[in-house]
Amino acid sequence: MKTKKTSRFFANNSALLIPLIAILLLVIFNLFRDPGFFSVSIAANNNGDPVLQGNLISILNGASELAILSMGMTLVTAASGGQDISVGALAAIAGSVFVKVLKGGGAITGSTVLLAVLACCAVAMLFGAFNGSLVAFFRIQPMIATLILFTCGRSIAYWINGGATPTVTSGIIDGIGSFIPGIPIPTPILIVIFMGILFALLFRFTTLGLYIQAVGINQGAARLNGINAVGMKLLAFVLLGVCCAVAGVIGVSRLSLINHETLLINIEMDAILAVAIGGNSLGGGKFKLIGSILGAYAIQALTTTLYAMKVSSTDVKAYKAVVIIILVVLGSPVVKEAMDRLWKKLRTSHPKDAGKEAA
Amino acid sequence: MRKVIALLLALVLVFALAACGQEAAKPEAKEDTPAGSAEGGLIKVGVINNPPSESGYREANVNDFTSVFTEENGYDAKFFYSIKNDEQLAAARQFITDGVDYLLISAAETTGWDAVLKDAKDAGVRVFLFDRMIDCDKDLFEAAVVSNMALEGETAVNWLLDQKLPEYNVVHIQGAMGSDAQIGRTGALDAQFEAGTMHKVVQQTATWDEGEAKKIVEAVINSGEPFNVIYAENDGMARGAVAALDEAGITHGVDKDVIVMGFDCNKWALRELLAGNWNYDGQCSPFQASVIDQMIKTLEAGGTIEGLNDAKQIISEEKGFDARTITQEDIDTYGLGE
Amino acid sequence: MQDDIVLTMRGICKNFPNVKALKSVDFTLRKGTIHALMGENGAGKSTLIKVLTGVYTMDEGEIRIDGIEGPVSIRSPQDAQNCGISTVYQEITLCPNLTVAENMFIGRTKKKSVNWKAMEKRAGELLENLGIPARPRQQLGSCSLAVQQMVAIARAVDTECKVLILDEPTSSLDDKEVEMLFRLMRELKSRGVGIIFVTHFLEQVYAVSDSITVLRNGELVGEYDVKELPQVKLVEKMIGKDLEDLSVIKKGAAASQENYYEAKGLSSSAARPFDFRIAKGEVNGFTGLLGSGRSESVRAIFGADQVTGGKVTVDGKPAKITKPLHAMKHGIGYLPENRRGDGIIADLSVRDNIILALQVIQGMGRPISRAKAEAFADEYIKALDIKTASTDTPIKFLSGGNQQKVILARWLLTHPKYLILDEPTRGIDVGTKTEIQKLVLKLAEEGMSITFISSEIEEMLRTCSRLIVMRDRNIVGELTGESLTQEKVMRTIAGGGD
Repeated sequence: MKTKKTSRFFANNSALLIPLIAILLLVIFNLFRDPGFFSVSIAANNNGDPVLQGNLISILNGASELAILSMGMTLVTAASGGQDISVGALAAIAGSVFVKVLKGGGAITGSTVLLAVLACCAVAMLFGAFNGSLVAFFRIQPMIATLILFTCGRSIAYWINGGATPTVTSGIIDGIGSFIPGIPIPTPILIVIFMGILFALLFRFTTLGLYIQAVGINQGAARLNGINAVGMKLLAFVLLGVCCAVAGVIGVSRLSLINHETLLINIEMDAILAVAIGGNSLGGGKFKLIGSILGAYAIQALTTTLYAMKVSSTDVKAYKAVVIIILVVLGSPVVKEAMDRLWKKLRTSHPKDAGKEAA
Repeated sequence: MRKVIALLLALVLVFALAACGQEAAKPEAKEDTPAGSAEGGLIKVGVINNPPSESGYREANVNDFTSVFTEENGYDAKFFYSIKNDEQLAAARQFITDGVDYLLISAAETTGWDAVLKDAKDAGVRVFLFDRMIDCDKDLFEAAVVSNMALEGETAVNWLLDQKLPEYNVVHIQGAMGSDAQIGRTGALDAQFEAGTMHKVVQQTATWDEGEAKKIVEAVINSGEPFNVIYAENDGMARGAVAALDEAGITHGVDKDVIVMGFDCNKWALRELLAGNWNYDGQCSPFQASVIDQMIKTLEAGGTIEGLNDAKQIISEEKGFDARTITQEDIDTYGLGE
Repeated sequence: MQDDIVLTMRGICKNFPNVKALKSVDFTLRKGTIHALMGENGAGKSTLIKVLTGVYTMDEGEIRIDGIEGPVSIRSPQDAQNCGISTVYQEITLCPNLTVAENMFIGRTKKKSVNWKAMEKRAGELLENLGIPARPRQQLGSCSLAVQQMVAIARAVDTECKVLILDEPTSSLDDKEVEMLFRLMRELKSRGVGIIFVTHFLEQVYAVSDSITVLRNGELVGEYDVKELPQVKLVEKMIGKDLEDLSVIKKGAAASQENYYEAKGLSSSAARPFDFRIAKGEVNGFTGLLGSGRSESVRAIFGADQVTGGKVTVDGKPAKITKPLHAMKHGIGYLPENRRGDGIIADLSVRDNIILALQVIQGMGRPISRAKAEAFADEYIKALDIKTASTDTPIKFLSGGNQQKVILARWLLTHPKYLILDEPTRGIDVGTKTEIQKLVLKLAEEGMSITFISSEIEEMLRTCSRLIVMRDRNIVGELTGESLTQEKVMRTIAGGGD
């Protein structure tokens, strides 16, 4: 009975194998290279507060923006069968709005920060809706539709603040970007957990997951079953907008500075990659959010490993590409089929197990 | 409900387009100033530059030119901004057709300008280059006012050597590989690494990205390898590095554990120097307008330009600021941005 | 090997985990004959075809082909092609956005460069020879389904083809188009091609085939000459029991006089204005040729297309139905004609497919719990005898008939007052067909109104108490009671007058 349950678990979650294997390989590789690689220690930061330190924390912390964006990207991919390449630009816009509001009136207090977060969420949702309407109403391919914002987004971000790299100084912002005094876990990690719970609740208490998958798999059939397909696609883009806003706020808060040209630059490609590594089809349909999140951590673990190995800067991208090729090929349908065949052979050679499965 | 959504979306669309439109419209509007309206005696100048949104450096550069080449100063100036070489070339042709006296160019790319510059010469338009060189015969322009990135690097490294540290363990964070600034600022330090006077703890590019710089420094901290200098090739990356130091409880700045060095002299970076949190910031001067203004006035008065090197360049005077000696006045004078 | 035999399969066995799909099946095909392969869903027809075309590899047995020494080994579709075996599948697998000629030759030229002129010329000759009404430069998508099917056949036979397999080629064609296809089949037959014809339509088997092989539960029942096997006997052999069942189905009692749904001048972007009503507990039907507007009419009722006008009352009260959700909230369910395109959500599990409509009616904020969904799914899997490995199995792995039952379950779960079934029995084996017909009558007896559409008039006559006949997108007649005979219906459809 137990074996049946576990085997069914693997059958249902076989898509998660790739990111899990990737992370596992990186862990083993690093432990082999340096047994202390994942050790976590507590040290005091420059404010005198105790904080957690170590490569593990760096990976979890560094991947925060990517993890959050990959959640939204998964929804957009599932619903529209395409990807949003403007997430980095939209995060820059959101970050600029965040800073603009913060600098708008006098001292930075908790309520101004809250106002700034809400404002940048609202703006990002509007831009998300703009992308979404191009895709859903006008049926433009997502990559083409979001190319518009990808191209002009960072100019808009510049225009919002006028200056190139405005800075903000506030303990609250430091709290968002690095540590809240007294809590040794980096705040971005906590924000990822918060967002994860938020999405989990959304899927638990609404039918969003079912609807988005239905629309992504067969829009016509979904429509004939009363699902508002256009609305679902739009909603996916708006939710991605929220993710962009949160990622933008984290990115800005880490350094208390907005550089519209470099904030989360090139992250759109990593976000799409996270979705793919997470075992989700880039053609839309069924999705697993947790897969994309694991994919995001796998990417960051890889980058951190390469940094720790002091791979020369010019070579980093090439190494990254090699690892990604391996992951993507592992997750390809051809390899999957071969694995399935192997799995079946193994099972048929153990007739006892096969009998159990049949029962 | 659907109609309301559609309306909202339409508004967003308009908003977004307006935003993009403003970007594009700005230079156009200025260009529209009719050439004929110039009062007699005004010197007609066409300025071709990159758009101010490119960077803080560029913004200061653009502001410098718009504040020097004014009517009060005796100029009828027209400006064109683009990061695309072909658009810049087209604008240059238009300026020549409009009959400007001087053409001031910061080219998007170093090649492809020969024909236009020959046209300019034939039409009697005199050309100055600023900020960026162009690959062409040096007869085609009067002078080029440029930064010497390699010199910036040397100034910084010399300053570092003057600190007479017992040992130099340097974390070197590079800009986008292959850019002028990266090549220039890396060169001097690489020479020290090769000579063995300094030890390279890590040399990694963050492609000007502050967040990436932080991750690089985190990795170094986690490895436990000792370091006492952070040499970041711009202010933003230095800030990212410092954020990593702060989280790890490593002190930095004047008489602290780690020396922090940046470039570009943003105002906020100079303030960090003044507060003693950073140690050094190298200037990359965006202020070339007054030098060109002087040269044009000289030519108009019938004089000749002096002080050019073999490549017909004038190297902008660029300083390096030390946290120990910097003053509020320096920040006000040389700081970029707000 | 006898001279006129082109293909022999002996003792073919194929096992899947847990299932013996083929148990020592023999099959023989002669040159220049059309050989029907019959059997219910799951009888092993498609497995046999897939073994023959190299999609599956057989576990035991041998295949011999005329002109090739010794048993052949077919391990891939390419091998099959090389042996002279070509296949045209039920779902057209060509590219609708390419031209007819391109579709016929693309991917088959060994050379990198393509001589477009020669290709078009060759395609033109072939089309003319085979009597296919298409031009080489026409976009394939602009042809009717039948012509597309015929282009697929032309593509298949243009290679050195000895054996042509037609897998359910007629399931989406109307009578005229079927006749066109049959002409093509006879033409190929006269050229000596051996044709294996897989279909659910018994009449068509008798119209065109020479011999019949029947499979049941993966075993060979026998090979028969068409002339020696009357239709009733064939069905008996297929389902393995006497066929009393089929005639037992009788229409229920007269429906109540109270209308559940009534529309006046209803029109949509696809349907011309029409009047329609259905009483509580009534089973009525739209009939007419494919493209006569019957599907468009029911889509308008359900709000599936953009509704452009008309007055609708549901249960005596005026109602506004402009999108499917409105209809669903008024207790209307709709099983679409195109199961694959409009019905199933292929990658979702059987469970999710079953609960989908009920879930949508309940609303986004009230998800059906996992346990409840599981219970619903189990209930209907049992009630409709849906053959699936588990409730978690993606619906795409089910056979066509079982997929259809899942869609039926989806609507039954919403307890509709009025159910529209557009071609619910298309491409489904005889057994399931009867089950669905019985179910329709049972539901009507319980008070559900049902509109039934089928291409098989016989089936309509068996279930409906009132038939609305359509021609050229207009209602041209309504038949009830005594006038519900095949002849009368045919005559009304054809417009022969009374």
